[in-house]
Amino acid sequence: MPPAPPAADSSVGPRSDGDAPPLRVSDLTVAYHRKPVLERASCTVPAGSLTAIVGPNGAGKSTLLKAALGLIPAATGGATFWGQPLKKVRGRVGYVPQRSEVDWDFPITAAGVVEMGLYREIGWLWPVGSSHRARAAEALGRVGLAEFAHRQIARLSGGQQQRVFLARALVQGADLYLMDEPFAGVDAATERAIVDLLHELRDAGKSVLAVHHDLSTVPEYFDRAILLNKTVRAAGPVDEVFTAEVLKEVYGGRLAVLDSSLSGGSPSPLGGAPLDAVD
Amino acid sequence: MGDFWTYNTRIVLAGATLLGVTGGVVGVFALLRKRALVADVVGHAALPGVAIAFLASLLLGGPGRDEPLLMLGAAVAGTLGAATLTLLGRFTQVKEDAAMAIVLGVFFGLGAALFRVVQNAQGGGAAGLNTLLFGKIALLVRTDVLLFAALAAAALAVCVLLRRELALLCFDPEFSASIGRPVLLLDLALSALIVSVAVTGMQSVGLILVVATLVTPAAAARFWTDRLGPMLWLSGTIGGLAAAAGVLISASGEKLAAGPLIVLCGSAAFGVSLLFGPRRGVVARTLRERSVRQAALKGGSSPAYGGSD
Repeated sequence: MPPAPPAADSSVGPRSDGDAPPLRVSDLTVAYHRKPVLERASCTVPAGSLTAIVGPNGAGKSTLLKAALGLIPAATGGATFWGQPLKKVRGRVGYVPQRSEVDWDFPITAAGVVEMGLYREIGWLWPVGSSHRARAAEALGRVGLAEFAHRQIARLSGGQQQRVFLARALVQGADLYLMDEPFAGVDAATERAIVDLLHELRDAGKSVLAVHHDLSTVPEYFDRAILLNKTVRAAGPVDEVFTAEVLKEVYGGRLAVLDSSLSGGSPSPLGGAPLDAVD
Repeated sequence: MGDFWTYNTRIVLAGATLLGVTGGVVGVFALLRKRALVADVVGHAALPGVAIAFLASLLLGGPGRDEPLLMLGAAVAGTLGAATLTLLGRFTQVKEDAAMAIVLGVFFGLGAALFRVVQNAQGGGAAGLNTLLFGKIALLVRTDVLLFAALAAAALAVCVLLRRELALLCFDPEFSASIGRPVLLLDLALSALIVSVAVTGMQSVGLILVVATLVTPAAAARFWTDRLGPMLWLSGTIGGLAAAAGVLISASGEKLAAGPLIVLCGSAAFGVSLLFGPRRGVVARTLRERSVRQAALKGGSSPAYGGSD
């Protein structure tokens, strides 16, 4: 009798669905009005990692996330999640859009926004039950906004609004999170709260891919980086990828920003040595 | 009272009120999706459809004024107008406001030209252009009202059932798509709701003012609440009350058209809301700003919100 094949164990966490990584983007090209904004980009997000997408303005960072999620059409290529099309694993993927993309004057409370993260699970016509409300409240608590649950979202600060968005993603209970500029325009307290949350997610075996614009904090906040400028210029662990040469190449002549933001880092980045992750 | 409270008045009152409620409820989503003016385009774009339906009815030996056929014509042309708008936005670089002006102008121009043909063919008999432009609710008969009532009730039911998904579509369409919702279909459903309100509302207030039955109650309701549920209730109530008040004033007075009165009653409700709405109203804001200023003068801290920006 041949040995039984390994049973598909549904109790096993996200790391063990074969060898396929949570996200694999291959050969992705996206064009707006025939102008390519992303050309043949390929990259992967390994399980249990925090990955930053960095690159200059217009490099296609948000586009990569949106095209991977099928929110905008791809001209070539596409993305698989744990080796499968998104349709099959949608419940395991959470998306945090850019805060500036929605109208915060909308008549809804913070708790109402967080409950949106449960709509998929609740279904089209069923009411939002008390257990759903409890989970939304718990997610708001995790981002430190428990007492703001019933406040209309326009009367929250920018940082608090960003945390509401994160709570909405948390309540989805996803295994992979795609976040578009989660640190954009937030106060220091929120920045700290988001970093803690990211590390919490990683410790729970989840993976995060986030568009990030502040080069100086990449080594501290993230494990891995994808350097993007129309296509993937470099990708890997931050200490391998985040070197002065690579950054100079990706950002062109705009390294003045880098010099100041990286000054004070342990080994001089301009010496060519890899930047250590400050931890 | 006998003369005033006729059977026909009651029929008209019931029909107009239902149209008002539906306009108010659909209007909330139209407003939140920033599609309020689409109703204006749809209303104007419906005109050539009505003219063509009228001519078709005459050619087929009908009476010309065949209400269901006219509404079908209006719905088809209105939908074509909305579709043209969407296509212009998606496949050309024409900006949205310009696209609306273009579609409105082309369809309405065509409709006005066709109506000359209708009037020549008919000797100016039945449906004059005026009743379409400003409504003809006083002329409604029972079967018309039943037809509108059915349409309005259906639109209302769709709104109530889909309110949560429509709200998500309005607030954050990308997130809606990311959880697998068919955003394009939901948007089409919203457009269909707007078209149905525009086409039925044409009967009560006319195509020029139909946009007001969608926008005004919703905009008024927003002043009183920060939540969607109460906003839907309020907007529907304001729309229904404005329509009822308009019909009643029209029936009691001399030579006052119901359509414009309905819109004026809705506008009055908006005016009151604009002034006296809590927190967002002009009076409340003025008082708040004054108290902040006084607190600042005293050197105290202002009663700010929790946020920093």
